Amino acid sequence: MQQYEPERLSPARAAAVRRSLRSGRAALTRRSLLRTATGGALAAGGLGALTGCGIPAAGKSEGGVPAEDHSKDEKQVRFSNWTEYMDVDDSGRRHPTLEAFTERTGVEVTYTEDINDNSEFFGKIQPQLAAGQETGRDIVVLTDWLAARLIRLGWVQKLDPANLPHAFANLSPQFRTPDWDPGRAYSYPWQGISAVIAYNKKALDGTEVTSVSDLLDDPKLKGRVGFLTEMRDTVGMMLLDMGKDPARFSDDDYDAAIDRLQKGVDRGQIRRFTGNDYTSDLSKGDLAACLAWAGDVVQLKADNPDIDFVIPDSGYVTSSDNMLIPNKARHKTNAERLIDYYYEPGPAAELAAYINFVCPVDGVKDDLAKLDEEAADNPLIIPDQAMQAKSHSFRSLSAEEETACEEKFAKLTGA
Amino acid sequence: MPTLTEAPPPPSPPAPEKKPPLRRGRWTPYWLLLPGVLWLIVFFAAPMIYQASTSVQTGSLEEGYKVTWHFATYWDALSEYWPQFLRSVAYAASATVLCLLLGYPLAYLIAFRAGRWRNLIMILVIAPFFTSFLIRTLAWKTILADGGPVVDVLNTLHVLDATGWLGWTSGDRVLATPLAVVCGLTYNFLPFMILPLYTSLERIDGRLHEAAGDLYAKPSTVFRKVTFPLSMPGVVSGTLLTFIPATGDYVNASLLGSADTGMIGNVIQSQFLRVLDYPTAAALSFILMAAILAMVTLYIRRSGTEDLV
Repeated sequence: MQQYEPERLSPARAAAVRRSLRSGRAALTRRSLLRTATGGALAAGGLGALTGCGIPAAGKSEGGVPAEDHSKDEKQVRFSNWTEYMDVDDSGRRHPTLEAFTERTGVEVTYTEDINDNSEFFGKIQPQLAAGQETGRDIVVLTDWLAARLIRLGWVQKLDPANLPHAFANLSPQFRTPDWDPGRAYSYPWQGISAVIAYNKKALDGTEVTSVSDLLDDPKLKGRVGFLTEMRDTVGMMLLDMGKDPARFSDDDYDAAIDRLQKGVDRGQIRRFTGNDYTSDLSKGDLAACLAWAGDVVQLKADNPDIDFVIPDSGYVTSSDNMLIPNKARHKTNAERLIDYYYEPGPAAELAAYINFVCPVDGVKDDLAKLDEEAADNPLIIPDQAMQAKSHSFRSLSAEEETACEEKFAKLTGA
Repeated sequence: MPTLTEAPPPPSPPAPEKKPPLRRGRWTPYWLLLPGVLWLIVFFAAPMIYQASTSVQTGSLEEGYKVTWHFATYWDALSEYWPQFLRSVAYAASATVLCLLLGYPLAYLIAFRAGRWRNLIMILVIAPFFTSFLIRTLAWKTILADGGPVVDVLNTLHVLDATGWLGWTSGDRVLATPLAVVCGLTYNFLPFMILPLYTSLERIDGRLHEAAGDLYAKPSTVFRKVTFPLSMPGVVSGTLLTFIPATGDYVNASLLGSADTGMIGNVIQSQFLRVLDYPTAAALSFILMAAILAMVTLYIRRSGTEDLV
């Protein structure tokens, strides 16, 4: 093939080429040059903008990043908690235990119920914590796995044991040594949450349910069984049912549990995976039996005598919501005093009588009996020895494991 | 002798000050555009760029995410989640068709036959929207409850046998089935169909109907040849307003559906919030956007209404 060689062009053709460059369609006028330049700049700018959007690495820092502690000169503490997770008086506006704390210590508590969902709340505070900024909160209450993640990322501060004498002495043994925070250096439980099997007697119509296997295999329950969207509760209960320990399971155990649940989905045995909304399905009888959280069951039972619960022989999964002090919190000492306050039997009993979750404080039974005899005898609120022995916790997961497990579980639940 | 002092100039009426004619400032249109443009930049362009960037990043929460132009994410996301894409389109399309079938007669009634009841019916159409989206969706759990009146009637009439055979329901229940999700979608987006239909029907000159009648057209022919073609802009914008948000919806599927009715919105939500796989979530969002854009373009081309919407 002949190469293009400009010298070989005849003078007439060369002139034509020159002419077309100067004034033809392809002429390089000022305008077209500008247009090209602008287009190029925009494209380059766009690419630059895209590249500039990376998410910075989580600023890892062992032991958390303290800020100057303003506890002495600013007598206040800012407490972020879940909705309906605190005692209220009859007017519905005041929190007696918090007011008693303020009266005794002079520390004003700004109490905000702004946590509705662990994942969402993580999304909310992540940018500040990643950038090493203050979150505007001195105490946050987060479920185990998220607490573990924050500790892993170094986004929460180490607690000072000197400020936590009651907490240290009264923490129930069941909650003492989670593998993600051995010895509770960073966190103290606010309440424990047990996953149990709840059922509606009327809807069961004589069928007996005593284990997760019954939920998955009894043909009479087809399409009327619910599991929880909380991965650790659902898979944890499944693992226990299969004779595995959720505190020490392997990848294969996890896959086997997911497999067993998937079969339940495929056969139409499992109606759906629910968040808190199982409560209405269960009381209407659309769900005959389901995994449920103990605190809800106590409430549901009070409203509807048909609802009851059963603890499988294989055991049940208990997790907890934990109080943590995020990096750069301004009132660390005040926050620690508030944590410690809720580990005194008096306030702990008052709280337990109101919110009906598993009380993580030992020695509360007598105080609670004075307030509410029934609650004190309820093993879902004050677990007895036998209950505690059956309680298991889900082990902590590394970042990669967490992503992989959540991914598999999301597929199972259809998302 | 006349002095050489200059005579004072004759008092002439003061010349009107030569003001430049009030010209619109060259920049005025741009200033007026500014709020809208800023809005678009902050709430549309910036998030789009951010998401586009996220979709080609790799990394983890611990190590941070860096743009590595990892376009394979798109392919992986599509090959992993195409069933949910198809399902979303199928559900949204069914809901749109149902909305049209339910909404057209109602809009027709309001526009031509309602008389003094017109405002009342309009309010009835819009009133449910004064309550929250979630509550409206949850209400369907009560309406369709197992053993509730609706399900009982459908069972007695053996309707559920037919829908079960088609795979829309399973067993003798409606909740936690595809049918329930489509019902929820239809209900929640119905007003977005009715309102545009009403506006375009209401604009039709009644004399056209009379003229068609005078030319011996049967009522059905009048509808086919006059009313329906003239209401096409309403049909097109109504179907778009219903179909587009319904495709991305995840609330109906998560409250009324079950594990095998997950829509693409549910996947995006769980990828963003639970799995924390931001690149996949962003890629899925872009694929969804592109798919909707392509379908809508095709639809508008086919219905020949470029100038009407």
